[in-house]
Amino acid sequence: MDLTLKIWRQKGPQDKGQMVEYKVTDISEHMSFLEMMDVLNESLVAKNEEPIAFDHDCREGICGMCSLYINGEAHGPDRGITTCQLHMRMFKNGDTIYIEPFRAKAFPVIKDLVVDRMAFERIQQAGGFISVNTSGNTQDANAIPISKHNADLSMDAAACIGCGACVASCKNSSAMLFVSAKVSQFALLPQGKIEAADRVRNMVSQMDLEGFGNCTNTGACEVECPKGISLENIARMNREYLKASII
Amino acid sequence: MTTLNSRVPEGPIKDKWTLYKDKINLVNPANKRNIDIIVIGTGLAGGSAAATLAELGYSVKAFAYQDSPRRAHSIAAQGGINASKNYMGDGDSNYRLFYDTVKGGDYRSREANVYRLAEVSGNIIDQCVAQGVPFARDYGGLLDNRSFGGVLVSRTFYAKGQTGQQLLLGAYAAMNRQIARGKIEMFNRHEMLDIVKIDGKARGIIARDLISGKIERHSAHAVVIATGGYGNVYYLSTNAMGSNATAAWKIHKKGAYFANPCFTQIHPTCIPRSGDYQSKLTLMSESLRNDGRIWVPAKIEDAKAIQQGKLKPTEIAEEDRDYYLERRYPAFGNLVPRDVASRAAKERCDAGYGVNATGEAVYLDFKAAIHRYGREQAKIHGISNPSEEKIIELGEGIIEAKYGNLFQMYEKIIDENPYKTPMMIYPATHYTMGGVWVDYNLMTTVPGLYCIGEANFSDHGANRLGASALMQGLADGYFVLPYTIGDYLSDDIRTGKIATDTKEFDEVEKEVKDRLEFFINNKGTHSVDYFHKKLGLVMWNKVGMARNEKHLKEAIQEIQEIREDFWKNVKVPGSLNEFNQELEKAGRVADFLELGELFAKDALEREESCGGHFREEHVTEDGEAKRDDKNYAYVAAWEYTGKPSEAILHKEQLEFKDIELKTRSYK
Repeated sequence: MDLTLKIWRQKGPQDKGQMVEYKVTDISEHMSFLEMMDVLNESLVAKNEEPIAFDHDCREGICGMCSLYINGEAHGPDRGITTCQLHMRMFKNGDTIYIEPFRAKAFPVIKDLVVDRMAFERIQQAGGFISVNTSGNTQDANAIPISKHNADLSMDAAACIGCGACVASCKNSSAMLFVSAKVSQFALLPQGKIEAADRVRNMVSQMDLEGFGNCTNTGACEVECPKGISLENIARMNREYLKASII
Repeated sequence: MTTLNSRVPEGPIKDKWTLYKDKINLVNPANKRNIDIIVIGTGLAGGSAAATLAELGYSVKAFAYQDSPRRAHSIAAQGGINASKNYMGDGDSNYRLFYDTVKGGDYRSREANVYRLAEVSGNIIDQCVAQGVPFARDYGGLLDNRSFGGVLVSRTFYAKGQTGQQLLLGAYAAMNRQIARGKIEMFNRHEMLDIVKIDGKARGIIARDLISGKIERHSAHAVVIATGGYGNVYYLSTNAMGSNATAAWKIHKKGAYFANPCFTQIHPTCIPRSGDYQSKLTLMSESLRNDGRIWVPAKIEDAKAIQQGKLKPTEIAEEDRDYYLERRYPAFGNLVPRDVASRAAKERCDAGYGVNATGEAVYLDFKAAIHRYGREQAKIHGISNPSEEKIIELGEGIIEAKYGNLFQMYEKIIDENPYKTPMMIYPATHYTMGGVWVDYNLMTTVPGLYCIGEANFSDHGANRLGASALMQGLADGYFVLPYTIGDYLSDDIRTGKIATDTKEFDEVEKEVKDRLEFFINNKGTHSVDYFHKKLGLVMWNKVGMARNEKHLKEAIQEIQEIREDFWKNVKVPGSLNEFNQELEKAGRVADFLELGELFAKDALEREESCGGHFREEHVTEDGEAKRDDKNYAYVAAWEYTGKPSEAILHKEQLEFKDIELKTRSYK
């Protein structure tokens, strides 16, 4: 198929960006979206133009590196996927596709479609861990029984890949879904309970410092999340936070 | 010339590691903070190492090319991690895990390292659970296990189909704790471009800040390489697009020997390729083989009809299907090791029985498992005389709970529902067992330079068993390197900070800058990917699943030609001092173009078939791989002399004192 692409180009963080139009032809419906971008970039290199910078790595939907805001949606149309899992069969011959970086104050543009998601790192460093030494001298793993139900729920929360789609699709650029996923993973387990209050307080305050907006229960984050992280995690984080503020 | 000394300690295999730990030198905690360690790569091995070294008190600088350690490709490992806990009571033990690993690796790994790996494996599970890794649990609240190819016990711990992700996030969390304390200085979006040696010892690196393009000098008392494997030498592989061999190759060029480069695992269960534009291949976890049965049509006319789209797999009667693994290997069936399963698939496809348009695919069928689970669930739920639909519904529920994310991934890529029609799979390049040569301390032939995880060579021999990669990465990083590196660093407590304004740093920085400037100024005619794809084709066609002398000789010649063409005609747009992804790729492909040649040279030299290395000249009467223990029970460790074709071979003779060398049989 033949497509018209309108892509955000921005030389660097301080430069002014703009949408630039490109045409691609002979795109196979079996290609992934990023393979279509590869084809475009190859043609740009052939014409001595600078290829479009975009983040990607594993190309199997798990590393969380790929971003892209496609036709007004984080990771584009289709549900429960990252951009690398988006296939061109979702588009039609002759379509015009708008491709932009994830937009949020806390995610400054590095170049073209690449944004800086370091704010997520700093939130994790503020408390997204259990303070246990890595000495291997811990108790036997089966000495900590965990109900299957809680282990499964914890796993569901832990499945977050930190891609930032939740922030990009939220009208307030809130990072609550991301933060709540980590808080929930630990809140559902007996390990790390002792520091639960500090964890949620520190992570939430770092989240606010980074300039993310607040949650107004719109639910767009849940809809666009490639890993189906549930809004219930936000409720759980709020409960944890409330608990932490009264003890 | 460095001589190879594996430094395997004396004593019985069961006690080697314990006795050794008792005797190695320690560094006083007050001195540790004055010692700097650089860790390159922050996946399972590098991340766990950085966290543990920082926790011990060393000052750690960690480098990752992605924006966060959480993106490392360890995250994509699906099926699980092995440990000899014997929680299932099915007879597992350290010895059995050791035995399975050595046998699975076709007797080309180092016994002492493998035993140590088995010995610490149980600790890994304890450690990860303490860190909050949400492993699968049974209804009693205890940990669940499943089994993997090449073994007869259930020793694989898992977190859905996302085990690698969860273990990596555990190591990442441990790192974050140390970053917050200021004990790890994290350099995201940085790439190591060369190593700096002073008086023969590794003392620092030259790195590029990938955002600003700035070239930086970093010094340390020791450098640890944990950058994973080099499967992307094939262009198409299951590795992440950015996975590269640059750090490992650069240290090879500066004196670290490179061992067994031709030992590459071709994984049997990948989604088949569909076209020339394809950028990478996607793995389907081997754990699927627990419940999936692999088959092709028994009649060639059925296979042809399927290839032409005239027949569907569901229309082929049970008796017209050839479950070739169950037929050939009755004891292990669909759970034979990866090298055996891959070759068996290729054999059927080469014979014309492949099941997609290209003839390069076999079926992985869940119908029998769905029925089995469905009937079991009906009983559990007290449904007497369940309808066929009900059985399928219940069975699909169980399959979804076990492998849901994999099925979803398959459906997104192929656009077919694998619950209703069998998956198509084909082998693809996956894991590299070869890598930088290290001794028992995990130190390379360069003093102070260590290599851990997939980037080194030692534990998996010629084939890695499923669920053992995660085990080795974490064993090296959490429990082995932190001990052994102290033994070396105990001599460095009076060294003080290593200066970076020395002639050694000047020289290497100049080399790095000259190379980068060359790319930008070359203004050639072809993109970097053009050369990478050409290299990949030669590697797959002539140094792929089956190798022979004629093809290997041709491959060496062809790779040299591509390399020459690359240095004349490569085109890299943009400039040096900016975010420039083409420039990043150019350096990595330049290294693959040299590594590929050494790979082929190693395969040519090894006149036997073993594990992932299959020489067509060396097969038994029934078509199985034929090993030659008399002449090839050694590690081929290559010394760089200026050109890959002129690398010098050093042999580390492998000793098998605790396991008898036997022909590997899974029948």
